[in-house]
Amino acid sequence: MASPAAAAPPSASSAPRRSLLALAGAVALLPLVLPNNYTYEVAILVGLNAIVCVGLNLLIGYAGQISLGHAGFFGLGAYGTAILAVRYGWPTPASLAATVAAVALLAWAIGRPILRLRGHALAMATLGMGIIVAVVIATEDRYTGGPDGMSVPPLAIAGHVLAGERAWYWVVGVLLVATVWLAQNLIDSPRGRAWRALHGSEFAASAIGIDPARHKLAAFVLSAALAAFAGALTAHYAGFITPAKASFLHSIELVTMVVFGGMASSLGAVVGAAALTTLPQLLTVFKEYEMVLLGAVLMLTMIFMPQGLVPTLGKALAAARGKSR
Amino acid sequence: MSAQLVQFLLSGLTVGAIYALVALGFAIIYNASHVINFAQGEFVMIGGMAAASFVEAGLPLPLAALLAVGGAMLVGLALEKLAVEPARGAPVVTLIIITIGASILLRGLASLVWDKKIHALPAFSGETPLKLGGATLLPQTLWVLGATVLTVALLWWFFNRTLTGKAILAVSHNQLAAQLMGISVRRVLLVSFGLSAALGALAGVLIAPISFTSWDIGVMLGLKGFAAAILGGMGSGPGAIAGGLALGLIESLGAGYVSSAYKDVFAFVIILAALIFLPDGLAGRRRATERV
Amino acid sequence: MLLRAENLAKRFGGVHAVQDVSFALAPGTVHAIIGPNGAGKTTLLNLLTGIYQPSEGGVFLGARELTGLPPHRFAAAGIGRTFQNLQIFFNMSALENVMAGRWLHEGGSLAAAALRLPQLVRAERRCRAEAHSLLDLVGLARWADAASDAMPYGALKRLEIARALAAGPKLLLLDEPAAGLNPTETHEIDRLIRELASRGITIVLVEHNMKLVMGVSGHVIVLDEGRLLAEGEPREVSADPRVIEAYLGVEAR
Repeated sequence: MASPAAAAPPSASSAPRRSLLALAGAVALLPLVLPNNYTYEVAILVGLNAIVCVGLNLLIGYAGQISLGHAGFFGLGAYGTAILAVRYGWPTPASLAATVAAVALLAWAIGRPILRLRGHALAMATLGMGIIVAVVIATEDRYTGGPDGMSVPPLAIAGHVLAGERAWYWVVGVLLVATVWLAQNLIDSPRGRAWRALHGSEFAASAIGIDPARHKLAAFVLSAALAAFAGALTAHYAGFITPAKASFLHSIELVTMVVFGGMASSLGAVVGAAALTTLPQLLTVFKEYEMVLLGAVLMLTMIFMPQGLVPTLGKALAAARGKSR
Repeated sequence: MSAQLVQFLLSGLTVGAIYALVALGFAIIYNASHVINFAQGEFVMIGGMAAASFVEAGLPLPLAALLAVGGAMLVGLALEKLAVEPARGAPVVTLIIITIGASILLRGLASLVWDKKIHALPAFSGETPLKLGGATLLPQTLWVLGATVLTVALLWWFFNRTLTGKAILAVSHNQLAAQLMGISVRRVLLVSFGLSAALGALAGVLIAPISFTSWDIGVMLGLKGFAAAILGGMGSGPGAIAGGLALGLIESLGAGYVSSAYKDVFAFVIILAALIFLPDGLAGRRRATERV
Repeated sequence: MLLRAENLAKRFGGVHAVQDVSFALAPGTVHAIIGPNGAGKTTLLNLLTGIYQPSEGGVFLGARELTGLPPHRFAAAGIGRTFQNLQIFFNMSALENVMAGRWLHEGGSLAAAALRLPQLVRAERRCRAEAHSLLDLVGLARWADAASDAMPYGALKRLEIARALAAGPKLLLLDEPAAGLNPTETHEIDRLIRELASRGITIVLVEHNMKLVMGVSGHVIVLDEGRLLAEGEPREVSADPRVIEAYLGVEAR
């Protein structure tokens, strides 16, 4: 079921390296224009969402699978580190690391049976998994504080507490650039081509020795681990978490960010996260019209730019460059 | 059979009938276009909310219900014409995002046109409970079940005995061949969306007297209807009905005997189990082996 | 190495696509599988590459039984193939398609890939060079960096062959490589098959183009309605009255 996607991505090194440099530059220079703590906060949230989206993009855009329950992994990451730190007194770096490892293991266990499914059945399975996680988190209030949420201690490494918008901005910024670097390396490697091959044609991929189950699982586990990592960081940054972080709506937001920005493009994932994290903030000005506008923006963008923002703009740019010769 | 069991079975069948109608809506649109319409739940919401507001404005219930279903149908047609048709060649994931955007838009509009409060619709034939073998039965339950049976019968007649219905089935089996036979796929898509919207709105009107209605009931209902459609084998009409009823019963029995706090979870646990052990759904519909 | 089919059968519901088919393919010859439409050729090919599990019988490579293994293990055992309905990775360039074909030889760990370790960078360079030379071999050098969905049909057929070769197979199954090609392009395929055969790859051709089949193969297997009808050298088979009847029908009296 190969679907001709956007034109083949440009050759190995040039464009991804350029976009990575652009991202690093943006992260480094942004503080010069951010006026206050609130804008820093938005930037940090963008960064955290972007980390999830880059991982999710590996699964959706490259390996060609779908997950409508990724907020479940995010939520498990957040609540895992919170519970270990608060109820069991673990030091926060340990609670974070252990949580990410545990969620990766869980993703491995769930992934094996459900990745045998395709298309909408896979969508439903991941959706169901996400909802189950969200409901369990909201219901087991003895551990999780229930629908009202629970507070989370800040991240403290060797006695130094990570607090304040500026510090978190740099931490998240560096982690984001590192994540994109790792993702781009992966895509431009034999394993990355194996994942893209699966997306292109599972039959042909198996005919060249690629084991579909093993690779889909690897993409799934990696993206789940990244989501959990971002979730745990979010918990320590915000100091407070609620079950909404694991909700179906959040899962849909994440997928929408990836598709909106442009699948099969790590930069697209970052742009999508940036656009759809800041847009609702901008729209709160319109208060009651917020949902209407958000829905309208989503629909119009997808109707007129079906491949997503970055690939469409990229093509337009290339066409303009071609014409000016 | 204990009275309590009868009670759970009846409420399970009632909500199952609603899930079945929503699932049918998913199945009809999926068959025509291979799109999962995430806005399906919002049609249910529109049906209930519109009917409630018409009644509150003074219209008699039957007229309010009719206008609500008709209005929802128009919304469905508009959705197809303005959002789905322009995006025809797009990848399926993009189309799904479009319907998700539509559901957000519709929910936003609902909170503006109406409000965020909970509304009730008067029961069709009064509130006096009936007695059935030790269990009490709301008359509305009979309306729900009866209307669903009637609707399913009408749909069967429509798909098997009318030209438009058969055209829709043809498109669902093989779009290219249907086009070569002169069937307008665009018209089929339009009719499918209109029909699914009407089904959703009907479900909303039927259930509003029992479980009330508000601007955001569409989300969970849509998800469970989707789950029911998958359980029955996506694209299968009888499967959607069986899936809906099964889901309703499981939920009711689970909430009653196991844990009411986890009521919403039962449906999804069963779905997950079914998908893992029965990947083709209850109807066991085999996907045609892909030719390589 | 010898690919053997023993009493292979495949049923789809009530349809007996392949029934009681047995044969052995010796290395060093170009083999062909022919038969009228619906004879079961592609089904047989899918059985020989693990895409279908046989309802009965088995597939053997030398002494090793491959029956029941998933397709990627057939590939790992040295069996490569192309597809009747093109299964190009349209989400990648032509070069990347061929580079992907080298998975069995490149592989590597997730960590090495993500961290872009020096050994991976070196391996990537070699992989790229190898892919370029394969594209040269099939005559697609100028398409290397092109988006695969921009390439003409004839070029794509050859791209599939290059990709299959990248895996380094001992046995290469080609499913209708000349379908839809004009005589010049078909001659190119003929030349390519001979070149590959001279390099020691055992080729199995499923084809309708009789001129190509008779010209290039040393051993022909004829299928009709799922059964093995005849087998032998091209000249014997084309003169066999049963084969003629299967294709053309019984002569009216």
